[in-house]
Amino acid sequence: MSMGGQNNNRARVCLRLFWEFLKLGLFTIGGGMAMIPQMQRIAVEDNKWLTDEEVIDCIAVSQSLPGIVAINMATYIGRKMAGFPGALCATVGVGLPSFVIICIAVLLLDNLSDNPWIVGAFAGVKAAICGLLIVTVMKLGKPVLKSPFHWIMMIAALAAIAFARVNAVWVILAAALAGILWSYITGAKSHKEDGRDRQ
Amino acid sequence: MKILLLFWVFFKIGLFGFGGGLAMLPLMYQSIQQFGLMEQAEFSNLLALSQVTPGPIAVNAATYVGLNYAGFGGAVSATIGVMLPAFIIMLIVSRMLDKYKTNRIVQGAFEGIRPVTVGLVASAMIFVSQGVLVKGSLISMSMFTGGMDYYNPIAILIMVVTVVLMLAVKARPIIVMLAMAGVGALLSGTGLMT
Repeated sequence: MSMGGQNNNRARVCLRLFWEFLKLGLFTIGGGMAMIPQMQRIAVEDNKWLTDEEVIDCIAVSQSLPGIVAINMATYIGRKMAGFPGALCATVGVGLPSFVIICIAVLLLDNLSDNPWIVGAFAGVKAAICGLLIVTVMKLGKPVLKSPFHWIMMIAALAAIAFARVNAVWVILAAALAGILWSYITGAKSHKEDGRDRQ
Repeated sequence: MKILLLFWVFFKIGLFGFGGGLAMLPLMYQSIQQFGLMEQAEFSNLLALSQVTPGPIAVNAATYVGLNYAGFGGAVSATIGVMLPAFIIMLIVSRMLDKYKTNRIVQGAFEGIRPVTVGLVASAMIFVSQGVLVKGSLISMSMFTGGMDYYNPIAILIMVVTVVLMLAVKARPIIVMLAMAGVGALLSGTGLMT
């Protein structure tokens, strides 16, 4: 492929990233975690930017780094698809709707949270997001929960975060350590499987 | 000067805030107090507005504070400031991850992190549902003792219909959310749901 063709293709990917992340920022209420169902759909099913496993890695890394989770996810996917310009397009895309809507809301609608129609619309979206998250947990869990070890890790994380209110960063760090230990314990076995995969 | 101050304050919030929007709000409150960026009464407006409008909560909050303190220029600088740390850190980290992807320790770590991420998303559902599906906290004794008043049956129905639409018809999340926004607006606007 010629240089021109490559640049052309990259520009197209950047535009697509900007557009998809703009929609993501525009249509989700409740912050980064509420974006995961829609992000999973656009990144894995619609555009094939990430595999089932990569989208989980993206969520995990985004959660464990400081800063805004939605920006982390946008930067991760954008960079993977089209380097720095892609990261920039996805990040600006996901942040822009917030910026514009807040500016409009402050200037025009002083009593946004008093209007029953608007409050009702937001309540409807939040209830829908609960359902979307349930479906997303099923989708994300399918390729990951392969053994009792994985199930125990998942349930322990849910208990620690939702019930004991442990910060997610500590949970992810502990999980990384447990995973390293586990891979050493089961090392001999998985090494053999690795060898078979390569053939 | 005001615009530079906003950039610096929100850059720090973006740099030291872990866990995204809601977890960053207390840090934001401290900084706003420290630099007198906003009246205390105004902060409750910020809380309400940044959670009910679309998009990342921290970006909403930054735009709101910036606009209030220094007009449009302030909104731009606070918003860029709060987004920049996540952007820079993720660029560096994903580059490193690419490099060490095949490292055995990194692979082992992800083997532990992946199932935990599924648990993390499941707990997000619990947090989002509070104040929506039920009145107050989802995980409490009220689950058993609160009676029917504790639950919001219309919201629970919307959730169930969403799950069915997603699994049976493979509906698009955006379409489902728009439809449920319409349902919610109609029910609330006509006084059927409070």
